[in-house]
Amino acid sequence: MVASLPTGRRAGRPFDPPAGLAELRERRPLSRLGYPDGHEGWLVTSHALVREVLADRRFSARAELQHMPVPGMPEPWPAEPGVFGSMDPPEHTRYRRLLAGRFTVRRMRLLTERIEEATGERLAAMERQGPPVDLVGALAQPVPARLICELLGVPYDDRERFQRHTLDLFRLGASPEETAAAYTTVHEYVRELVAAKRAAPTDDLLSDLLGSDLTDEELVNIGFVLLGAGLDTTANMLALGAFALLEHPGQAEALRDGDLADDAVEELLRYLSVIPFTVRTALEDVELHGERIRAGETVTVSIPAANRDPARFADPDLLDLTRASGGHVAFGHGVHQCLGQQLARVELRVALPALFRRFPTLRLAAPAGRVPLRTDMIIYGVHRLPVAWGD
Amino acid sequence: MRVGVDTGACVGSGQCAFLAPEVFDQREEDGVVELLREEPPEDRRQAVLRAARSCPTHAIRVTEP
Ligand code: HEM
Ligand code: SF4
Repeated sequence: MVASLPTGRRAGRPFDPPAGLAELRERRPLSRLGYPDGHEGWLVTSHALVREVLADRRFSARAELQHMPVPGMPEPWPAEPGVFGSMDPPEHTRYRRLLAGRFTVRRMRLLTERIEEATGERLAAMERQGPPVDLVGALAQPVPARLICELLGVPYDDRERFQRHTLDLFRLGASPEETAAAYTTVHEYVRELVAAKRAAPTDDLLSDLLGSDLTDEELVNIGFVLLGAGLDTTANMLALGAFALLEHPGQAEALRDGDLADDAVEELLRYLSVIPFTVRTALEDVELHGERIRAGETVTVSIPAANRDPARFADPDLLDLTRASGGHVAFGHGVHQCLGQQLARVELRVALPALFRRFPTLRLAAPAGRVPLRTDMIIYGVHRLPVAWGD
Repeated sequence: MRVGVDTGACVGSGQCAFLAPEVFDQREEDGVVELLREEPPEDRRQAVLRAARSCPTHAIRVTEP
C-alpha cells in the first residue's frame, strides 16, 4: 500500500515526474493507494494500464463518486448541468457532440494566423520592455487567454473579473471559503455574459449555443468550464516548455525548424505532462492486472508516470524533440480525452517556435533552481519564468 | 488496407484528422469522424495505423484483405 500519492519533485529535476512513481511503475503498476479522506483505493502508473482504465466504461468520471488523491482539493459534488467532464455517457455524449464541432482540427488550424498575431504582439511588447521579463506574464498566460476569450466571446478587457479567480480554483490548499468565493465570482461573471448575449447575440461560441436546446444554466456552466480550461492549461505548457527548452540547449533547434514543430510539440506534451493525474471510480467489481477493484473504489491514474513508461517510449527520460512520441496520454484517453487539444496544439506550435526565433539568445535570468514551481497547484508548471536575451 | 470507423463511439478528439488528414476528417456540426478513404494508399499506412492506435475510444478499425 502506498500511503499517499507522490507529488514532490526531486531537487534539480523540475521536469521529471514526482519522485517514487518510476519505482512504483516498475514494481507494481497497479498499487493500493491511501487517500487523504481515509479511502483505500488504487494508483496506476504504467502506460498500458492508464489507457486501459481510461477507456473502460466500468470506471466512472462522475464527480460525486470520486475520492481525491491529494489533500486540499474541494470535496467533489455532483456535476452541475453542463459540467460534462464529470459525467458519464450518455449525458456526457450529448454535450461533447454539441461542442466537438467547434474544436475540430480544421477549425483550430484556421486560428493559426490569429495566434501568430497575438503571439507577435506579446513578443513585440517584450522587446519594447527589454530584459529581464517574466515569460509567464508576458507571453504564456496572455496568448491562450486571449484566444479562449475570442472563441467564447468573452471580452478580454474583462479579464480582471475572472483570470485571477480562475487561478484560485486550481490552487491546492485554498480554504473552502476561498474556493467558494472564486467560484461564485467567475460564475457570476459568466452568468451576466450569457444574459447579455441572450439580449444581443454576437459571433462566437456562446452566442451560437444560444440557438441549441441548452438551458441558460447549462450554458453558463459550459462557459465556466471552457474558460477555466482555456486559461490555465496551455499557459503552463508554454512556460514549462520554454523552461525545458532553455535547460536543453540544442533541442530548441528542432523547434525552429517548421517541419519538426508538430513532433516537437507532442514530445513536450509527453515529457512535461502538466496535468499530473485524473481519477475514476469503479461502478462494479473489475478484474484488472490480476487484482480485483471493488465497486466504489477510486483509481488515480498518473499521467506523468505513463508518459515516461519505458515499455512504451524508448529512453523515456530523454527529451528528444525529433522522436515520434504520438500515443502519449498528456490529453488523457477514452471519452473524456481533451476537448481543447487541437487548440492547445496550434497555440504551442505557433508560440514556442516564434519565441525562440524572435529571441535566439533567450536564456534564464535566474538560477534554474530558483524558478518557482507550481507544486501547490493542481496543474503543474512554473509561477514565473525570468528570462533575458541579447549580450 | 481497409479502414472502418464507428461514428457512435467517436468523441471528436480529432486525433485521426490530425495524424492522417488525407484519410480522416471531422463533421462540421459535431466533430465526429468522417472517413475520406476506405482504402487508403500504401504510403498512408503508417499514419493510419498511428491514428487507429491513438483513437481514444478505439473507433477506428483497420483490416487487411
Ligand atoms: C496543453 C494543454 C492541455 C492539456 C495538457 C489538457 C489536458 C486534459 C486532460 C488530461 C483531460 C482529461 C481529463 C480526464 O480524463 O479526467 C482534459 C479534458 C478536457 N480539456 Fe484539456 N488540456 C489542455 C488544454 C485544454 C484547452 C485549451 C481547453 C479549452 C477548450 C481544454 C478543455 C478540456 C475539456 C472541456 C475537457 C473535458 C473533456 C470531456 O470530459 O469530454 N483543454 N484535458
Ligand atoms: S480519433 Fe477516434 S474519437 Fe477522435 S475523431 Fe477520430 S475516430 Fe473520433
